[in-house]
Amino acid sequence: MGKFITRRILWMFMVLFVISIITFLLMRNVPGGPFTREKKLPEATIKLLNEKYNLDAPVIEQYLDYVGDIIVPRVVTGKLRPSSAEDYLISIPLSGSGDEQKTLQWVNFGPTYKSRSRSVNDIFRENLPVSFQLGVAALMIAIAIGVPLGTLAALKRNTIFDYMGMGTAILGVSFPVIITAPVLQYLFGVQWGLVPVTGWGSVEYAIIPAFALGFLHAALIARLTRASLLQVLNEDYIRTARAKGLAERTVIVGHALKNSLIPVVTILGPLLAALVTGTFVVETIFGIPGMGRYFVTSITGRDYPVIMGTILMYAFLLVIVNLLVDIAYMWLDPRIRFD
Amino acid sequence: MATATQTRTGVVALQEERRQPQSMTRIVVRRFFKHRMAVIGVFLLALVVLYVTVGAAFYSEAYANKTNVRDKFEPPGAEYPFGTDSVGRDVLSRTIYGGQISLAIGVTAMLISISVGTLIGLVAGYFGGVVDALLMRLVEAILTIPLLILLLLLSRALMEISSSTTVVLGREISVTVVVIVVIIGLTAWTSLARIVRSMVLSLKEQEFVVAARAMGAGSSRIIFGHILPNCIAPILVAATLEVGVAIVVESALSFLGFGVMPPTATWGNILNGARQSIDDLWWLWVAPGALIMMTVLAINFIGDGLRDAFDPRSIR
Repeated sequence: MGKFITRRILWMFMVLFVISIITFLLMRNVPGGPFTREKKLPEATIKLLNEKYNLDAPVIEQYLDYVGDIIVPRVVTGKLRPSSAEDYLISIPLSGSGDEQKTLQWVNFGPTYKSRSRSVNDIFRENLPVSFQLGVAALMIAIAIGVPLGTLAALKRNTIFDYMGMGTAILGVSFPVIITAPVLQYLFGVQWGLVPVTGWGSVEYAIIPAFALGFLHAALIARLTRASLLQVLNEDYIRTARAKGLAERTVIVGHALKNSLIPVVTILGPLLAALVTGTFVVETIFGIPGMGRYFVTSITGRDYPVIMGTILMYAFLLVIVNLLVDIAYMWLDPRIRFD
Repeated sequence: MATATQTRTGVVALQEERRQPQSMTRIVVRRFFKHRMAVIGVFLLALVVLYVTVGAAFYSEAYANKTNVRDKFEPPGAEYPFGTDSVGRDVLSRTIYGGQISLAIGVTAMLISISVGTLIGLVAGYFGGVVDALLMRLVEAILTIPLLILLLLLSRALMEISSSTTVVLGREISVTVVVIVVIIGLTAWTSLARIVRSMVLSLKEQEFVVAARAMGAGSSRIIFGHILPNCIAPILVAATLEVGVAIVVESALSFLGFGVMPPTATWGNILNGARQSIDDLWWLWVAPGALIMMTVLAINFIGDGLRDAFDPRSIR
């Protein structure tokens, strides 16, 4: 178990490393630069800007600088400028005080080219929580709809419940977010005026976007739950549970359902990746100030550090989630051994 | 469907003594057409295909791409049954020609991703060892990045060189179509590769493979002649569903403005025109939206039908 986790973590860093190289090269090969404007800037200005952001250095040097700023922690002595304190995601005061104050700083994703006063970390602080809330709300909706729907369909197999439930599920899988989101937005926001049409703030802003995003995955979870519960219900231990006279309710909830959810747990990793993808579209449609919308505009604007930062951040989160899912999997099903 | 299916048919024939022996293909086809949803799917898909082919007889592609700024944002009426877009192009004819492109993107991207996925799955499963480890790590790495991020970046990287058009099968289309097909095809193969690999792992230990090897068959003959035919069920199901996935991915990319560029229409980039105002410009998303939904729904019905038809446990 320990060996497995260590290996996975090492592998995780290698994946992140490869992703960072590929993205960096890909990005630098996109024609046009961050300072290409429709109305051309003077050559001298561009030169100055390139110098300021170190864009005239060789690509390898730029890459090493960039990665170095992220992974190498550094200790700074003296009072920090307020902006420098915020450039780093992790900033821990160590011993000393006043001018002797030592601070450990770690993880700097660099500046954004679009604004002189903000860093990529500022953008993360502002936008990432929004996307996170949206994603979590969508995931909860997906589970809250998917699991009961799948359970009902499996328990009442080949009845009207099964057909209706699976019919809904196949509809859900087939309706892409780019269609359901505008339809829901139009009906609930514009036509009936029940929720705000665009924007972000209180709970009512989140309901429709989260539902639009979560429904598709609810359908996937429902199908998976149904298939897995049907299989579990044929197992010997279910027969044993029934034979010793347990109430049907206890058999289903306590024995069958718990085990049938193991496959559902295993798809949480890919599901989260899909949710991230979905937030890009949903945030654009509903004008939600999250990471996805910001990322789409920064690709058009060649804002290299924002592009890199977002990709690495998401890749990091997904790798962590996948690791946790694997560990949860082993814990839920003791028959699984990874060594 | 050579050796293995024959033995399988033999077993079926033994079990159902009084029935005529049937080939695997016939059993699958019979089961498929008994599946109500699958038949509805075939019917729906046929409707969509008719729409984009027969419709093309009524409007020329030049008409679909013709801009007429004076008629921009016309709501549906006698002259424009589905209205017009921001530069006065007729939405009805654009959904017809756009549909051809969207379907073509779905099918070609599927062909690429299925070929890559099958090949990688076969090689990884059959040869095992280092090859297997490396390929499976690659699969995991690709699964780790949210695909849309990769696609957005790739399409931007490759798109700039190609604001031009090219001629494919006698039609002039935007080069972006080719770019989109390639990047969707080359990123969507991972799950099939995993499925095929796990099938190969169990198949290669079976007697008929051992027998083939004992008779002196080479690796490529065993892989393509004996193992591949037995993996056909998951490959066909994945191929069907992949067409739908590719169409959805294309429309999402185009919707965000990173997909196929005008003048070439796709269902996705017609939807993109509705982004600025969905309540005033409802006709820009109703038609392409309904077509995308119908197509994907049909494809999912067919995929489900195929899955059940191939599944030996679901005998009806």
